[in-house]
Amino acid sequence: MSRIVRIIALLVSVSLFLAACGTPTATSPTTGSTSPSLEGGAIVVKGSDTMVNLASAWAEDYMIERQNVRITVSGGGSGIGIAAFLNKTADICNNSRPLAQEELDKAKAAGLEPVSIVVAKDGVSVVVHPSNPIGELSMEQLAAIFGGKITNWKELGGADSEIVVLSRDNNSGTYTFFKEHIVQMKDKKAEYGLMVQFLPTSQGIADEVARNPKAIGYVGLGYLSDKQKALAVKTATGSAVLPSVATVLDNSYPVSRPLFCTTNGQPKGVIQDYLAWILSPKGQEIVRSLDFVPIQ
Amino acid sequence: MHSQAIELTSMRESKPLRSRPKRDRERLVRIVLAIAGWMTVVILALIMIMLFVEGLPIFAVTNPFSFLFTSQWFPVSDPPVFGILSLIIGSLMITATALVIAIPLGIGAAAFLAEIAPPPLREAIKPVIELLSGIPSIVLGFVGFLLLAPAIQRIFNLDSGLNGLTAGILLAFMCLPTIVSISEDALSAVPREYKEASLALGATRWQTIYRVLIPAARPGIVASVMLGMGRAIGETMTVLMVSGGRLAIPSFITDPMSAMTARIAIEINNAVFGGLQYQALFAIGIVLFLITFSINLVADLVLEKQRRRYA
Repeated sequence: MSRIVRIIALLVSVSLFLAACGTPTATSPTTGSTSPSLEGGAIVVKGSDTMVNLASAWAEDYMIERQNVRITVSGGGSGIGIAAFLNKTADICNNSRPLAQEELDKAKAAGLEPVSIVVAKDGVSVVVHPSNPIGELSMEQLAAIFGGKITNWKELGGADSEIVVLSRDNNSGTYTFFKEHIVQMKDKKAEYGLMVQFLPTSQGIADEVARNPKAIGYVGLGYLSDKQKALAVKTATGSAVLPSVATVLDNSYPVSRPLFCTTNGQPKGVIQDYLAWILSPKGQEIVRSLDFVPIQ
Repeated sequence: MHSQAIELTSMRESKPLRSRPKRDRERLVRIVLAIAGWMTVVILALIMIMLFVEGLPIFAVTNPFSFLFTSQWFPVSDPPVFGILSLIIGSLMITATALVIAIPLGIGAAAFLAEIAPPPLREAIKPVIELLSGIPSIVLGFVGFLLLAPAIQRIFNLDSGLNGLTAGILLAFMCLPTIVSISEDALSAVPREYKEASLALGATRWQTIYRVLIPAARPGIVASVMLGMGRAIGETMTVLMVSGGRLAIPSFITDPMSAMTARIAIEINNAVFGGLQYQALFAIGIVLFLITFSINLVADLVLEKQRRRYA
């Protein structure tokens, strides 16, 4: 799915590039139906794979309303988006993790002033095969599984079989979030276990979990379907909570995170209008329709 | 020195026959072709320089020994750890699997095409095999992910279908065309007399192929295998999609594993430009370059030997 979206995004960006070559953006007619007074422009959005479907949906709807604005969206990972932002090849970076100190330093050196706003929230759901008898795990158990300390489902009350642990690769914001939030919850030096398999896309994890009864993996809420079973997660104090829009929104689901859009300085002009539109009820309705969590 | 020699020959050949403008045009063409030829050498040299300039600084942080012979790879941790032993072993295991499958199939197909198949059939099959090399690797990877991986998991009763074996099988398909077409050329280049003499002595067709033709064509066959191997070890997309992405040292071919190429492809986009991870990835590139370079060098030497034998 996300691969298809990425291909479409590529095609769109290529055709937009060609179109831009034909008619300079500055002279393109202002045909925005709702607010013709607004300037047109082109916005390049790059970043998190988790957010790429969401960002594409935003861009499509926004471009229908403001026909003089062209938005190209591509994914690749938060790190890729931030790198593009630092190279000044992206106007808006979608990041599913805050910028690291090293990246902030780079931004400073490049004369950029990154401003991140929260545009949606995401619950990272831990998924297993639907036939797996286990329905809930504690944060500690997840840390032990992904840290390579628990390797058999038997130890968790399941069947006597190896646990196939699937993780996103290290170019993913979800990788960093899950590592810092779960794997390193007790020990700041902990790493993913040696037997963990790193897959390049969230869709790959969703597909592999859907067909492999021994697998466990994590994906964003948007990737859940009835082919995987999402596990309820228990904190040390609370009860087990299933990931859903409602539980992420009321902060009862523990493995959730904010999703950011990062711009250089306070957003101005068309970018400001676009971000305001994303935060408006219309933009947030799209968030809900894609199974992410709106911020209100 | 070279150009002088060329000029001499051109003058000797053309003076009595060709007019002056024609000769000038000839010279221009020669110069253009020489530039094109040298360009590839220059580009290769620049790529090498770039590879070494970007990659070598990592060895100021990690010593080459621990880079090559430890297997902890945590490039984005603090502090980062770079050890690529598991990647090297992964690449070698996947490539070896591919060759174990592709060599018998490839040489068998080549012998069939060169010696057994009637000419119309050969003319039909050869282009099809060469078409196989035209399948984009991502398509092969996709097929592998969706069809081959679940099948492998079922057949061998494994924990995961994404493993070295699945990758090896797909890579075998990728290097088959190279092996078949160069081996077939080598077999066809064996002088007719060898075959006729063998058959005249009463050897069967199989004995002739196995004992006479294949040994006679061996340098070409070896070179085809080397080139196929170069292709397999450098392949990225397929391996990335189906090899399973585990970073531990694999103990068996059916374990999930990672290859050097796939690591570079996944991480280079995310690496901070000029940072340690970036340098380490270029250093993997150096290792890969040295491996494929030596493979191609050996293949070239062997092919040259074949050429001289039947020149």
